[in-house]
Amino acid sequence: MGEILNIKGISKRFDDLTVFKNISMKVAAGEVVVIVGPSGCGKSTFLRCLNALEAIDDGEISLDGETIGSDSKNLNKIREKIGMVFQSYDLFPHKTVLQNLTLAPVKVKKADRKEAEKEALALLDRVGLLSKKDNYPRQLSGGQKQRVAIIRALMMHPEILLLDEITAALDPEMVREVLDVVLSLAKEGRTMIIVTHEMQFARAVADRMVFMDGGKIIEEGSPEDFFEKPKTDRLKKFLHSFTYEK
Amino acid sequence: MGFEVLLKGSNMIRLLGGLLVALRISLVSVCISIILGTVLGVAMTFKSPVVRGVLRVYLEIVRIMPQMVLLFLVYFGATKAMGINLSAEAASVIVFTFWGTAEMSDLVRGALKGIPKIQYESSVALGLSNVQTYAYVIVPQIIRRMIPLSINLITRMIKTTSLVMMIGIVEVLKVGQQIIEANRKSSPNAAFGVFLTIFGLYFIACWPISRLSKHLEKKWSA
Repeated sequence: MGEILNIKGISKRFDDLTVFKNISMKVAAGEVVVIVGPSGCGKSTFLRCLNALEAIDDGEISLDGETIGSDSKNLNKIREKIGMVFQSYDLFPHKTVLQNLTLAPVKVKKADRKEAEKEALALLDRVGLLSKKDNYPRQLSGGQKQRVAIIRALMMHPEILLLDEITAALDPEMVREVLDVVLSLAKEGRTMIIVTHEMQFARAVADRMVFMDGGKIIEEGSPEDFFEKPKTDRLKKFLHSFTYEK
Repeated sequence: MGFEVLLKGSNMIRLLGGLLVALRISLVSVCISIILGTVLGVAMTFKSPVVRGVLRVYLEIVRIMPQMVLLFLVYFGATKAMGINLSAEAASVIVFTFWGTAEMSDLVRGALKGIPKIQYESSVALGLSNVQTYAYVIVPQIIRRMIPLSINLITRMIKTTSLVMMIGIVEVLKVGQQIIEANRKSSPNAAFGVFLTIFGLYFIACWPISRLSKHLEKKWSA
């Protein structure tokens, strides 16, 4: 499997605050990378830099050999290849579920509306929401909204999918239905970078785990090594905060 | 009760004609206000402190000044001082537009600020250009937020047109006064009936508009 995303020594600062510094990472086609870390460690900002929602201050990101930066002329073209799903509220409230799904393919990719609708309906069926196609986002539960948001990103046929804490704003009983969708995407070989706090899910879905703290990658490795044999004290401490023993 | 004077001659038609004048002034003003207010409202979200400062001052002036003072200022003051020949109705439209534009711009600014940042981000993340993001995502949401609010502004303007008789425009209230004056001998109680009818006319003009605004608000509330 060839690498499709190449991140070379990127840094991000907000005024005086350094969010992360000199991070490098390569992601191969079909690989699922899960990033975990304490709140405020810079993992969400890192993800947002990957499709240039935030500009990086140093380093270089390239997708298929093309550099991504907020000044690259073909930024919109590159963004089509990078799907992103956010924590919440990212569906368009004035459009129905079906319209949410077909807007970008029709307007950006100039896809045929009929074809786009056909594809959208097939995806809705796959995530069990076919009956909701004409509903507005406000009529859906949080979990249903996130499932729609995921397939909306898929409608653009992205090469890589970025998921930024997509279950963090959900009620616990809705987390499962969303993560099941992500798991099935991983199984079919989608390339994904996932930021999450759901450790069990991370372990199930990841090909590679990455632990970030204080704006640096502290440790990375296979899920088995990562969870069973953490090397650094910081990761041990972090993982310990998720376990409860009497 | 005084209703009988309305049946005399063309009194009722005259009253309706007066209402039409009031509606015309407010509707023309609202239409211009919506256009100018949208432009200014977008400008208010600019980062330039000069632009924002100027617009802030304008908004405060409109809020503090009673509309009647503005009417007098434009109709009696400005026309004399600058030697412009302005009809009373044109002066009213200028003042109402001056007021409405300020109100609209504040509404537009509020609506723009109320759109979550994530709406912009998820649009560009889907590959939409800036223009497409505004055209398909942001502006339609703003319009949905704006229409009920601007409809409210229309009703407030219709009510406030009762002031324009102070600069000599014969609108519904003035017609009413004329009818009462002319029939003082024959129907000394005309005031009650005439003013109650005018009350009814304002209600008929404003109530459906206000209902429509409520209806749209409900329909579009996210």
